[in-house]
Order: sequence, then C-alpha cells, then structure tokens
Amino acid sequence: MSFHNVEKRFGSLAALRSVSLEIRAGEFVALLGPNGAGKTTLLRMAALLMNPTRGSVFFSTGAASEPAQSHRQASAFRPKRAIGLVGHSTLLYDELTATENLTLFADLFGLSDIAGTVAAALEDCGLASRAGSLVRTFSRGMRQRLAIARALLHQPSLILLDEPAAGLDRHGLAWFSARLAKLKTDGCTVLMSTHARNESLDLATRAVALAGGRVDNDSGSAGDPRALLAALRTEQ
Amino acid sequence: MKARFAITALVALLIFFAGYAALFIAPDEATMHAIQRIFYFHVASWNAMFCAFFVAFYASVAYLVSGKRKWDALAVSGVEVGVICCTIGLITGPLWARPVWGIWWTWDAKLTSTFILWLLFIAYLLLRGLVEDPEKKASLSAIFAIFASLDIPLVYLANRLWRTQHPQPVIAGGQGSGLDPTMSKVLLLCLFAIFCVMILVLIDRYRLELLRNEAAELKFEIESRGLDASDGARAPALQKGGQ
Amino acid sequence: MTTVRAAGIILAKELRLEFRTRELLTATVIFALVVVVLFSFAFDPTAAESRRYGPGLLWIAFLFAGSLMLNPSFAREQNNETLDALRMAPISSFAILLGKILANFIFMSLAELVLVPVFAVLYNLSLAGIVWRLILVLVLGTLGLTVTGTVFSAVSAHARMRELLLPLLLLPLLTPLLIAAVESTASLFAEQPALDRTWLAFLAGFDIVFLTASWLLCDHLLAE
Repeated sequence: MSFHNVEKRFGSLAALRSVSLEIRAGEFVALLGPNGAGKTTLLRMAALLMNPTRGSVFFSTGAASEPAQSHRQASAFRPKRAIGLVGHSTLLYDELTATENLTLFADLFGLSDIAGTVAAALEDCGLASRAGSLVRTFSRGMRQRLAIARALLHQPSLILLDEPAAGLDRHGLAWFSARLAKLKTDGCTVLMSTHARNESLDLATRAVALAGGRVDNDSGSAGDPRALLAALRTEQ
Repeated sequence: MKARFAITALVALLIFFAGYAALFIAPDEATMHAIQRIFYFHVASWNAMFCAFFVAFYASVAYLVSGKRKWDALAVSGVEVGVICCTIGLITGPLWARPVWGIWWTWDAKLTSTFILWLLFIAYLLLRGLVEDPEKKASLSAIFAIFASLDIPLVYLANRLWRTQHPQPVIAGGQGSGLDPTMSKVLLLCLFAIFCVMILVLIDRYRLELLRNEAAELKFEIESRGLDASDGARAPALQKGGQ
Repeated sequence: MTTVRAAGIILAKELRLEFRTRELLTATVIFALVVVVLFSFAFDPTAAESRRYGPGLLWIAFLFAGSLMLNPSFAREQNNETLDALRMAPISSFAILLGKILANFIFMSLAELVLVPVFAVLYNLSLAGIVWRLILVLVLGTLGLTVTGTVFSAVSAHARMRELLLPLLLLPLLTPLLIAAVESTASLFAEQPALDRTWLAFLAGFDIVFLTASWLLCDHLLAE
C-alpha cells in the first residue's frame, strides 16, 4: 500500500498535508503521534472510507497496482475483502447481540460456515458466554474485544488499528497481543496507531511518526523502530 | 475587465430599452390597461428562472461526475439566481392579479407549481447552510438539486392534471392566446433582456463563489507554510519518507 | 454477493433492530393518529365532507408521520459509526440503500395497516369492495415516500437540525405524489369506486424516476 502526496482537508481544517508513505506487505507499522496528528484520517483513508482531497492511495496485490477509490464498485470489492479496521468507534450495533453483530458481518463478507466462524471468533476473544447478550450491556473492554473480533472475522491481510488497546484490560491486552503475533507470523500487514506504549508494540517492525498532518519521522522499512518507540510514554 | 464593463453596459442599455418598450411602445391592452404591462416582466422572470434552474441541474450533474468545485459554484449560483427570479415572478403575479381579478392569489396550476419550486430550491439553500464540510455540502446539495430538478416536470404535470379536473377561474388574456404582434415583439425583447440580466448576475455570483473558494485555498496554503516556518528549526531532522 | 442478497441481509438487520424495541413503529402510528384526531377538531367531519377531505387527511398524516419516521434510518447509523462498517463490506452502496428503503417501506406499510382501518372507522367510510385497489394505491404511494425519504435521511444525516431539515426537503418534493395519491384514494372512496388509471400511472412513474435517480446517485450519497 502506498500514499502519494496525500492531502485531506475537512473545510478549513487540514487533517493531512502531503503525506507520502510506502508500506510493504508483511510490515508491522506503528503509527505514532499526538492527538490531531492525522493518524485516524490516514487509517480511514487506508480503509477506503474516504478519498484524499489531493494525491492518491494505491493498493498492490502481488504485481498489479490499482488506485483505491471508495466509489468504484467492482474493483473496490477486492481490496475491501482484504482490509479490516478497528476504528475509533466500535462499529457495532448496540441493540444487537454479539452473535448477531458478528453474523451480520460474516454474512455481508460472504463467509462460508457463518455459524462456525462466529462461534469460533467469540470463543477466541472470550465472549462466548455473553454471545446472546446485547452489546449495549457490554463493558468497554468487552466491546473493544468484540470490535477487534469483528474486524478480523473475514481474515483480512491488511489490518488497520486505531488505538486498539484503548479500553482493554490486562487480560484483553494479553489476548490482543497474542492475536497480533499470530497475524504477524501469518504474513499480514498491520498498521496500528497509538499514542502510548503497550506490549503489542514489541511486534512492530517499523515506526512512522505523524505530526501536524505530515510524516515527521520514519524508521523505514529496513530500519529499527525501537528508537522512535522508546520515545513513547509507558502505558499506565 | 474592459469586456465585462462593456457587456454590463450593453445589458443595462438593453434592459432600459426593454423597460421603455414595455411601458410605452407596447399597445394598451383592452381589458387590463396599464397593469397588464407587468406581464412582460412576469413571464420573462419565469423564463429566466427555468434557465437558471436548468443551469443548476446541469452543474450539479457535472459536479458529481467530475468532482471539480467550480461546478458546485455554478450550481449554487444557478439556484440562488433562480430563486430570485422565482420570487420576482411570485410577487409580480399577485401584483398583477389584484387589480385585475380582485384577488391576491389563485391556486391555479402554474402558480401553485411555481410556489412549490420556490420552496424546493429554498430548501436547497437551507441544506447548504446546514452542512459544514464543503465537500459534503457540495455533493449533498448536488444530489438534492438533481432530485429537485427531476421533480419539476412532475410537479407541473401533477398540478396541471389536477386543476383541469377541478376547473378554476380561467386566466383571462395574457400568455400567448392571440397576442397582438407588437406585444409579441415586446415580449420577446423583454424575455431576452431579463435573460441577459439573469446570465450576468449568474456569472457574477459564480465568480464570487470561485473567489471565495480560492480565498479558502490560499488561507489553507498560508497555514501550511506558516506551520512549516515555525518548524524551521526541526526541518533538517526530517528523514526520507517525509513530504 | 449480489446487490439483492446484500440488501436482504441489511433489510433483515433493520427489521431485527426495529422489532426488538418497536419504538419507532409505535411512535409513528400514534403520531399519525394524533394528526387524524387533530384534523377532526379543525374540520368537523360529516359524511359528505369526510368523503371529500378524508383521503387528503389520510395522506397528509402519512407524509408527516413518514418524514419523522424516516429520519433515524441513517441517523441511527451514526452511533458507533456503523455505517462505516457497512461501507467497508464488499457490497455495493445501492445494496445498503435498498435494504434501508425496503425496511422503511415495511415499517410504513405496517403503520398504514393499522391506520387505514382506524381512519375508516373514525370517518365512517366503508372499505368494502375496494380493499385490494386501495392496497395498490397505498403501495405505490408508500414506495415513493420511502425511496425519497430514505435518500433524504442519508442527506440530512450530515447536516445540523436534521429532524427539521428532512421534512423541509421531503415534503415539497412529494407534492406531486400527494396529489396523485389523494386523487387515487378519493376516486376509490367515491360513490362509484373506480381505479383512476392516470393517477396510478403517475404514481408508478414517480416511483420509477426516483428509484432510478437513487440508484444512479447512491455512491455519492453514501460516500464520506
């Protein structure tokens, strides 16, 4: 995936100013920066939820490179199947049960053996006992776990995470890190934004720091992210 | 600049002449006498209104297809000018009706339909006012403009079908029913004159909108550069992968 | 995943969400009833007048209730940004829109199913012999209402004052539909009930025009 001179404006507010970034398959990129630096916007753009005001975003699957347009139908479906996003909000329906939420998205993604996949996912994130409860009744940590489960349901190869550790307790965090480690060994590309240190960052192969909508610092595809990561505050 | 001044002057002359023609050259109408002269501007403003709304429709489609902001600027200009023409028509209508029939308003097909049109495009302007993000504002109002424009023929058709079922006081004389040749000529002149005025105002509004957009862009640029300047000390530390 | 199948999934989701709480449906029906009763205070309905004003009143009640009911369609998706989740799925935007249109159509129809008999009772109008034809008129009219209403729900979801904006956008647009629906209904309640072909054709045309427009514009409608 690559961003070429991407710029995104919301009215007079500039979220991203000229960002150029190239992310190789299999990289685990930690996206750093203070609030308002543009991390969320970048992730949403990578998720095909919005188009840049200027510049372009490219996805390559193998050799071919196709420009990502959230408008275009047919060509947009293929990258969509490969992308999973854990966003700022949970992207879950509060008035549906955990099972119903996951079933809905499994259905929309056209997965086979929906019941089995959903059950397995719930088991994996430790919510099987609350499968039949409305998401409205879940705690913050539980919702976050379900949100992560939802994003990974269709086994995407590009995983976008916007401050995924927020709200997770120690238990959930351990599960999450283990899950991420598995994804990494499976060869998935991960782009995770965070503004505080946590154990899942140990998996990072690269760190990109954003500030004021621009790339401030980049440890590079071949570089060592630890220097940049060390600058982060430790999670409480 | 010179060309604009010349054209404006020309149009001003045209409208002046048209006004003179309407008031003095056109023959006196048999039943309604002097007040009938308002008809020239009444009909002309309807015509201008439809043209303006058509421009808005075309521009809205063009915006959605191309994504270029200038089409959005043209669309909003078209709607604003159209609404003004519509308002003029809706005001001159009763002004004409009152002395002639003794009533301010008649719920006849044309008038009602045009009133609805007015409401529709005012809604467009309200929509624009209530959406903040410029990109969303442009695309949402374009969508609404297209829906509204598609509705226009439906509104007129429905009203026409309906009102012919319930016969209303037929509007005496006026529109095209056996017009005296001099009257026709004056009408055409007024149509053209008002049309030119409308186009002129439309273009000016369009230019204004473009300037506003440009100003916003420049402000954005300045802010970016400003940010750059204040980061000046850190600039050498930027590594590859930066801008 | 075909559009129809995807729309079906979304429809099922909408129905499930609504039937769990039934708040929207109940509120819509009650509101329409309130409008009907209010009208009866404003215009005293005797037999002759109720034949004349009845259909108009019925459809105004539907339009008002509808423009309130259609708002949450897209506004609800802003909780937890669930619309983004739908947009990220490999389905077309028209599938999302269609699913919601169908859901709203069903809700509106259910409300009408309750309201029409009540209305007939309150205004002493007989429904005998015209039921199927009336259903046809209701279906065509409701379709127009829900197609345009759902689209405008998506439009006004991004705006401030959306509860007020939606009726403002929708009601002027629907005046042709109102005329056609009222005339069709009136001709059914007349002394000699008859199906007015012209107005029915008009309703069908209205529906087709706006359904097509929605299909053509849905990508822009749902884009960020």
